[in-house]
Amino acid sequence: MVGSDMYRQQILDHYRNPRNHGELEDPTFSHVGENPMCGDEITMDVELAEDGETIERVAFRGEGCAISQAAASMLSERLPGKTLSELREMDRDDVLDMLGVDISPMRIKCAVLAEKVAQDGAEIYLGEKDLDRTSTE
Amino acid sequence: MGVQDAEPLDVERIREDFPILDREVGEGTDLVYLDNGATSQTPESVVETMSEYYRTYNANVHRGIHRLSQEASIAYEDAHDRVAEFIGASGGREEVAFTKNTTESMNVVAYAWGLSELGPGDEVVLTQMEHHAALVTWQQIAKKTGAEVKFIRVTDDGYLDLDHARELITDDTEMVSVVHVSNTLGTVNPVSELADLAHDHDALFFVDGAQAVPNRPVDVEAIDADFYAFSGHKMCGPTGVGVLYGKRHLLEEMDPYLFGGMMIKKVTFEESKWNDLPWKFEAGTPPIAEGIGLHAAVDYLESIGMDRIQRHEERIVEYAYDRLTDHDDVTVFGPPGDDRVGLVSFDLDGVHPHDVSQILDEHGVAVRAGDHCTQPLHDVLGVSATTRASFYLYNTREEVDALVEAVDAARELFAV
Ligand SMILES: Cc1ncc(COP(=O)(O)O)c(C=O)c1O
Repeated sequence: MVGSDMYRQQILDHYRNPRNHGELEDPTFSHVGENPMCGDEITMDVELAEDGETIERVAFRGEGCAISQAAASMLSERLPGKTLSELREMDRDDVLDMLGVDISPMRIKCAVLAEKVAQDGAEIYLGEKDLDRTSTE
Repeated sequence: MGVQDAEPLDVERIREDFPILDREVGEGTDLVYLDNGATSQTPESVVETMSEYYRTYNANVHRGIHRLSQEASIAYEDAHDRVAEFIGASGGREEVAFTKNTTESMNVVAYAWGLSELGPGDEVVLTQMEHHAALVTWQQIAKKTGAEVKFIRVTDDGYLDLDHARELITDDTEMVSVVHVSNTLGTVNPVSELADLAHDHDALFFVDGAQAVPNRPVDVEAIDADFYAFSGHKMCGPTGVGVLYGKRHLLEEMDPYLFGGMMIKKVTFEESKWNDLPWKFEAGTPPIAEGIGLHAAVDYLESIGMDRIQRHEERIVEYAYDRLTDHDDVTVFGPPGDDRVGLVSFDLDGVHPHDVSQILDEHGVAVRAGDHCTQPLHDVLGVSATTRASFYLYNTREEVDALVEAVDAARELFAV
């Protein structure tokens, strides 16, 4: 068969063995979001350091396609050490760089779901947004 | 001669009518088009007919005295007669209005008939396998009118529970709206039986035939449907044209749904008088090229034979069903392989449908992944999405093999 372009080993590895999967005992904030077209769903828990600004720990849970779940797993490894403002500055290119593969246009929403959930979670925590669930629609 | 002994199709010959099937989708990857439930490919004769219209007699219809307008008007009106004949509507063009698609046909009746006829205490009976085209439309009309919507259950093996239908359809029922062929399960519903049930209780019977007209002989009068809707683009025709069949006396009694030019006979500042059937339901400039293209699509399908197309699909789908379910990790939803229309919606254990269809796409195999506009049915099935392969007259067993190989590749890639 032709080697799959979108499903490189790294993505499959994160999908099969997700890092930081589960819940945090004492998250500073937690937020959930979905990709209605696919039925992907992701909840992100974030715990901040004492400075109230630096991300210390992240956990996620959810279900959906390999792209959405692998992206969440990778993000959960990248975020600790970053500040909330750094998180909020991330954009789709950062996510695509992180995934390291070409994502077809129809699947971008799957790829960015975790990032959007984390960003919305941060903005709700900071009182700048009022939202129950994030949706990539 | 029945469908069972219909002569096999000469698929190689048919494929020549569809040059798109020869294209590649990536270096050295042949297209395997298995998304016919979403939209079918268009044969040369249809493309040619539409080009000829634009090249030689493009004009608005019903309003010009000039030659081009006359030619266009005649061709456009004839298309209605041809479609009427194709579905067994003996009233001819007066019983066939062109719309944009199945969805619009549904909305015409829901607004024109539903808004004025439905009220609190009235019930509309649908099925759990309705497409959103029917489900959302009747749900919203019910909200506006205070009527209630009920859903005939789907059994575990993908059939309608007819006992439940008999329970739900009562003298309070004003409308029964049923999908003829399910676009997700591939079930062929017993529409004549349901028509009788509806009529026993003086309810009207609406059939969503979007997935039936393309692949089997349909006779609206034998079914005794009051309304019947379908789309051009799923039956070798162009996008932008759909059909609403309605029994003449019902269409006569109904007010139009859209107002404007063409649908009127006489207008003063105070009043308007509606045009004759079916133009009363075709406000504004209609899909002229598309309507004429639909005529060509009907000619094309009939030149091959609806019996033969049905039989071809049945053979292909049975083969696909058997090959896919050879593996225990594949679940195909709906009735068994020898009792369904030409589509399979399946789940590959452990691989999300979007990943399946992505990997299939890398192999050139075009399928659809998602809820196929039947979200509530997917809730009943207990999955958020499925992968659907849907076949048509030009598909081959080799293409089914390509599908199965691509599914094997997905399984292998995701194997732990
Ligand atoms: C059963 C069924 N009903 C209705 C529709 C809607 O057709 P259209 O999008 O052409 O209005 C479809 C196609 O998607 C269908 O499969």
